[in-house]
Amino acid sequence: MTTAAPEHGEKIIDPIHQFVINRIIPMDVGGIDISFTNSALWAVIATVCASLLFMLAPRELVPTRLQSVAESIYEVIDNMTHEVLHDNARSYFPFVLTLFVFILFANVLGLIPYSFTVTSHIVITLALALVVFVGATIIGFIRNGFGYLKLFVPSGVPALLLPLVVLIEIVSYFIRPMSLSIRLFANMMAGHMMLKVMAGFVVMLGVTAGWLPLAAMVGLMGLELLVAALQAYVFALLTCMYLNDAMHVDH
Amino acid sequence: MPQLDISTWPPQLFWLAVTFLALYFVISRVAIPRTGGVIALRKSTIDGDLAAAQKLKTETDNAIKSYEAALAEAKAKAQAINIENRNTLNAEIEAERAKLDAALGAKISTAEKKVAASRDKALGEVADMAADIASQIVQQLTGAKITKAAVSAAVSKGK
Repeated sequence: MTTAAPEHGEKIIDPIHQFVINRIIPMDVGGIDISFTNSALWAVIATVCASLLFMLAPRELVPTRLQSVAESIYEVIDNMTHEVLHDNARSYFPFVLTLFVFILFANVLGLIPYSFTVTSHIVITLALALVVFVGATIIGFIRNGFGYLKLFVPSGVPALLLPLVVLIEIVSYFIRPMSLSIRLFANMMAGHMMLKVMAGFVVMLGVTAGWLPLAAMVGLMGLELLVAALQAYVFALLTCMYLNDAMHVDH
Repeated sequence: MPQLDISTWPPQLFWLAVTFLALYFVISRVAIPRTGGVIALRKSTIDGDLAAAQKLKTETDNAIKSYEAALAEAKAKAQAINIENRNTLNAEIEAERAKLDAALGAKISTAEKKVAASRDKALGEVADMAADIASQIVQQLTGAKITKAAVSAAVSKGK
């Protein structure tokens, strides 16, 4: 650990500090660093919480509260995959549901004070986005062969404009993983930094005026909860749409 | 920015893969059959209940329909019986009245005959009585004795 982490003693507001990766259990396999970090810890917690939710939810005909949570998550993604992917929904439903649940739990658990937000790191979101992008591209070529390239040639475009349109389509296709990952990562990081700055103000202003940023934090927390759920939904929705593009080239 | 510290990327990617695959396993093997099963069971239960309710409703409708048909039939029958009874009763009453009328008519005519006879008899006696009374009045007023025959002639003359 060479980076100088700010001491807890000094009252410096460092909104970046919460994103620092700490190696809890250093591990190394064949020269590759696979240390168990705080990020890994919260990824495991998210996985365990999500698994427990689905495994412990009762199976009543009239759902209990916990069961309603599990069923709501299931049905949101079930409806989404059916609306976007139609007949292919069944085969991609497990993946999309896992993606949604993983991001949702990582986002929401990250809002707990002193926890760590797994999805606030670009490498995580980029990895997820690349899995979707590479997967969708491979499926596109398997399903359509080289006909998948027709995706870049929209029908009904004047021949004169076609080279430009094709260029734009190709660029926008390869931008997809970028926009997908940066959207999630930036939303998470920005929200947490904002909360941290506000929390710093509460400490700085003390009892006299500290309640004002505190009230703002309560509102921001609600907003961040919304963002956490919404970004997970958007990620899952865009995944479905990219997969749908891979199924049906003619658009 | 800690996010750009590339040395932290391998452990993050490794644990992302581990946790994501674990979650995928749990979701595809446990969560989807469990939750989907409950939802499907609920849907089939509701559909079955609705179908049963629909069936019962149809049965109820049929029962009401047959009840109403039976009721209408009974009403029609009752009315027919009613009309028949009234007709027979009317006929009986009519016959009875005709009989009574005839009997009464006979009685009335005999009574009338009796009355007429009595009247004639009474009227016949009136002349005698009038002659008697007249002779007595004349005797008391004048003191003269007149014969009955003369009075009778005067009475029948005054008639």
